[in-house]
Amino acid sequence: MLTREDAARPKSASGWVIARAMLSDPITFVALTIFALILISAVGAELVAPHDPLEQNLRMRNMPPMTPSVHGNSLPHILGTDPLGRDVLSRIIFGARVSLTVGLSSALVSGLIGSILGIIAGYYRGLADDLIMRLVDIQMSVPVLLLALLVLFSLGPGFLNLVVVLAIVRWMTYARMARGQTLALRNSPFIDAAIAIGSTNTRIIFRHIVPNVASPLVILGTLEVATLILSEAGLSFLGFGIQLPQSSWGLMISGGRQYIASAWWIVAFPGLIIFLTTLSLNLLAAALRSISDPIQRERWLRKKVS
Amino acid sequence: MVGVEVTEERVQQVRDQLGLNDPLLVQYANFAVRAVRLNFGDSFWQKTPTLPLVIERLPATFRLTAAAFLLAAPLGILLGAAAALRPHTVLDRVINVLSLGGVSMVDFWMALMLILVFAVQLGWFKTSGYGGFAFMTLPTLTLAYAPLGRIAQITRSAMLDEMTQPHITVARAKGLSERRIVFVHALKNAAIPVVTISGDMLSSMLNGAILIETVFAWPGIGLLTLQALQRRDLPLVEATVFVIACMVIVVNLLVDLSYIYLNPKIRFQ
Repeated sequence: MLTREDAARPKSASGWVIARAMLSDPITFVALTIFALILISAVGAELVAPHDPLEQNLRMRNMPPMTPSVHGNSLPHILGTDPLGRDVLSRIIFGARVSLTVGLSSALVSGLIGSILGIIAGYYRGLADDLIMRLVDIQMSVPVLLLALLVLFSLGPGFLNLVVVLAIVRWMTYARMARGQTLALRNSPFIDAAIAIGSTNTRIIFRHIVPNVASPLVILGTLEVATLILSEAGLSFLGFGIQLPQSSWGLMISGGRQYIASAWWIVAFPGLIIFLTTLSLNLLAAALRSISDPIQRERWLRKKVS
Repeated sequence: MVGVEVTEERVQQVRDQLGLNDPLLVQYANFAVRAVRLNFGDSFWQKTPTLPLVIERLPATFRLTAAAFLLAAPLGILLGAAAALRPHTVLDRVINVLSLGGVSMVDFWMALMLILVFAVQLGWFKTSGYGGFAFMTLPTLTLAYAPLGRIAQITRSAMLDEMTQPHITVARAKGLSERRIVFVHALKNAAIPVVTISGDMLSSMLNGAILIETVFAWPGIGLLTLQALQRRDLPLVEATVFVIACMVIVVNLLVDLSYIYLNPKIRFQ
């Protein structure tokens, strides 16, 4: 029997309910805005950037923020210039493209590999489970940054290698979570029912398991993008990641390091942008988690959308 | 190693001598033998046995890690417990922002900013190098911040779970003070996830120190690893990785052993 209270309760967290709930929470709204701005400027870098990121001008070396541009009619160098007279803001905007691409694509690749292996391990169990989970255990015992450095050391640095390495290094977190979730689902009555009516394994996995394990994995993915952006920055800073003439945020910090006492802005602003990006991703993941958990969601939605 | 202008023949000769042309499995077996004998050969760069080179760097890393861990773990647990004690208050929000900041922090950037403000501008501490308080403060703070945030987050959620348990209600009904309930009854039961994450953080500090040690020129094992990689010094890389992996294993073992002490249920099994 459907009581009035049941009828009033939001049935699912789909569509505009999520959007409205997220927008009505001030902190989440700010995080969403910051990340959207960074994403938009990365995609439309050519349109957004006030200057050419590669244009050098040796008379404009290490100029502080808000120095007027030599081209009288264009915008000033809002965040200053670097040791080659290039506009820092424009370089950050173009660097966003590289850093975000690395972060998002390696999160996607490692997420796919890890989720597939995790679901296989959790669903079929037995030998596959043992093999996959021992592999996870082994890789977990080697520190992430060290492993990434070692693989890059043998593969050589560069954009594509970086994505591959970060995907190899981080798939285990997804595998663990996907396996745990699948194991729990495997014993639930609706899976028994699906087996009883003769569904094939592939059908059960795609129709019943995947939709149910997806949301925690998406949240994990959001967190992982933040971690991967940090790892990319660290590896590029050490000289094993993105190489010149390409630019990324980590590389900008490493390039400005020796001028830190005389031109702080070269180091300060790229780092600040990395921090804002990872912070907004972490906040978004926290909000998504509250929404996707049915118990917390109800509390949340009742408070927000009433 | 062989100079700039050499023939292809000479290069191959050296590669043969170093065993770099052997099949991967043979190379791996040779590595395993070297690891068992604890002899990784001479460093290409320093021309001396590698393992002593690594061991020599351990005290610096231990000092930094110990200082940062002793700052991060107690403070993180305290902040997390405080936040759980007064959930959804201003205090909770402040601690929440603080710990999220730690998790999102770009550690090597924070290091450079601290150097800029406290070493270059204010002159309170040294910019880099190995030594006492003036040298240690900034790297310790940088290294401690991320683990601090993570430990505070985990402690808060473990404590919130624990505070809804029946035995807490019983303790309240007995009329115990809230402080005693939190620090004696709840904290010990919430300890397992907290100890697990602290162990993870400790091993990540032992290697996360690569970036921090580089920025502060702190002569520990992290800096040595980077130098070995940059000089393509294979024996030295092998030795550093071996030692770091050993340290991680020891930390994990200690964490597992602590479960026996923390949870009597595990002890009986």
